[in-house]
Amino acid sequence: MIYAVIWDNLPYLAEGAAITVALALTLLVIGLVVGTGLGLIQAYAGWPLRLAATLIERFFRAIPAIVLLFLFYYGISVFYNISAFPAAALALGLRSAAYQSQIIRGAIAAVPAGQLAAARAIGMTRAAGIRHVVLPQALRQAIGPWTNEALSELKDTSLAYTIGVVELMRQADYIVSATYGHQLAVYSAAAVVYLALSLAANWALTRADRRLAVPGLSH
Amino acid sequence: MTDATRLRAEHLTKSFAGRRVLDDVSLSVAKGEVKGIIGPSGAGKSTLIRCLNGLEPLDTGRVWLGADELTARKADIDALRARIGFVFQDFNLFTHLRVADNLMLGLRRVRKMDAVEAERCARAELDRVGLADKWQAWPAELSGGQAQRVSIARALAMAPEVMLFDEPTSALDPQSVGSVLRVMRELVAGGMTMIIVSHEMAFIEAVADDVVFMADGAIVEEGPAGQLFNTPHAAATRAFIDGIAAAHRGEATTP
Amino acid sequence: MSQWLAFAGSHLPTLLAGTGYTLTIWAVAMIAGFVAGWVLAVARVYGGSISRRLAVGYIELIRGTPLLVQMFIVYLGLPQIGIVFAPLTAAIVAIGINTAAYQAEYFRAGIRAVRPGQIAAARALGLSRGQAIRHVVLPQGFRIALPQWANEVVIELKYTSVAYAISVPELMGRAKEIGAASFRYFAIFCVVAVIYLVLVTVVTLVLDQVERRYGLRH
Repeated sequence: MIYAVIWDNLPYLAEGAAITVALALTLLVIGLVVGTGLGLIQAYAGWPLRLAATLIERFFRAIPAIVLLFLFYYGISVFYNISAFPAAALALGLRSAAYQSQIIRGAIAAVPAGQLAAARAIGMTRAAGIRHVVLPQALRQAIGPWTNEALSELKDTSLAYTIGVVELMRQADYIVSATYGHQLAVYSAAAVVYLALSLAANWALTRADRRLAVPGLSH
Repeated sequence: MTDATRLRAEHLTKSFAGRRVLDDVSLSVAKGEVKGIIGPSGAGKSTLIRCLNGLEPLDTGRVWLGADELTARKADIDALRARIGFVFQDFNLFTHLRVADNLMLGLRRVRKMDAVEAERCARAELDRVGLADKWQAWPAELSGGQAQRVSIARALAMAPEVMLFDEPTSALDPQSVGSVLRVMRELVAGGMTMIIVSHEMAFIEAVADDVVFMADGAIVEEGPAGQLFNTPHAAATRAFIDGIAAAHRGEATTP
Repeated sequence: MSQWLAFAGSHLPTLLAGTGYTLTIWAVAMIAGFVAGWVLAVARVYGGSISRRLAVGYIELIRGTPLLVQMFIVYLGLPQIGIVFAPLTAAIVAIGINTAAYQAEYFRAGIRAVRPGQIAAARALGLSRGQAIRHVVLPQGFRIALPQWANEVVIELKYTSVAYAISVPELMGRAKEIGAASFRYFAIFCVVAVIYLVLVTVVTLVLDQVERRYGLRH
């Protein structure tokens, strides 16, 4: 009976899981691009830009994800009719950028100063040295801590449920309403899906970390 | 300045946290000349050589490469640096790149060579330092001596007008020193213009035309290698050279 | 701006009442998670194969699933097998269950970082293994784990906002109500953001002081 409920609604859970994965990927890409920018600014820019980047980082790290979701969803709605998915991707993506900037900044600081000096010694500009020597090493070193951040964001996509994104939790909610109950079974099924996604993501990222390993660069 | 002058520095000064590390230092090296810089640790030798290609900013003083001034306000410092080879004490090979890409990064990004040309050039330089078989190796897989030879090849690949060596053998185990010195000797024989900061006194005496003795951020004495090592004028130079010789004798008697 | 301040001011009492709930959930769940976290960490490091496996299973299960799902299972799922919680209790239980797993991992890392000679020294004085763990390893392990633990404490303060989803009238829930009544969602969530900013900043500063005084670098 309970199994039948789960079995019959498997397509809906799968659909929700697909949205969950899409949201996680989108927000992580936004976070990677913006976070790398913020990290570079914090590592290399003059103090006014550095201060601005630090304030942005502190703001997004201090405020709960749910509050950010509502702020972005309703805040943007005032002047632009935004739907829930992009609002969620933006809110969670910028929050992730704050966390990722910390990771990148730490990884940049861990690249020995001699690496940039050597790049400059063969005539590369500072920007080229950062781009071709420091950043590739920093990004490579960041994969480990980045894996934790990615897994944490995968779980936090469930909070997008609160502004109406039809991801895994919302689908579970629909199934509960449509079948008049079975909360325990349906939410447990959702938990299993999240667990499977987490394990899969962890496996893939650990594998990537190993495959991209460079002797002398791994920790 | 004669036409033959390759690199010239005048009245360099620099302070770190209120301490003078370079005190009115001037020196020049002519085309094909090999200049050795010796002196006790903390004398400012490494600071001086890093200032010569602008890796370390100066407080005052001017540096020329040929007719171009590195310290000019509008100097294209990156283009000038590309014409000066620099070898670091701890190699500083790019950790994330294989040996091949370590050699080709500057050729591709700075010299703007195409891939074929860069590879041809890089292979030739790697062959010159005797490490053609390390083309695909990662820096971490090399011994210290091999890493330093790769870093010399990386500098040579840029076809520099002058090579600067900052204690190139100080981070090496004794067995590796010889292989690096052999490569440097071949460069000397090939007529390369070089400035070498080193503690390898026998090597400096053998290959340098001219030797500079530094102490406390200043040049104490400068002269032809044979004269400076055998009949130094300054008491400080004599004390330093005698001290090194005594240390070597001491080393020789202990098994 | 003055209009916004007036709006914020008129709703401040409601929001502060919500903040009371927020801090209650947080404090109780943190303490419960602290105790459970130590039990899990000790089971994982020193336990026999069964208790070790149970601890690992619990920690991986909780860390692999979102807090929101855990909260729904506690509040909406458990009543089906006769375990019924009021919303506030359900929130505390769910967040306690959640933070216990994370705290356990930080404590475990702390325990592992205590030098092995410490137990040997304690045993040499005649302490039993249990006493050595309790009086020598755990205090040091906690001080080593302090930075990560402090971080976790701040993270969970923010995650108490998830409790609004099971209708606990904490800060976030109150804001949602005010938003629905006034249609001024953006304004009210700005006020809420400022309150969280203040809470997080104060807690962070306090924990920084604690870390500075008791932290142990290994």
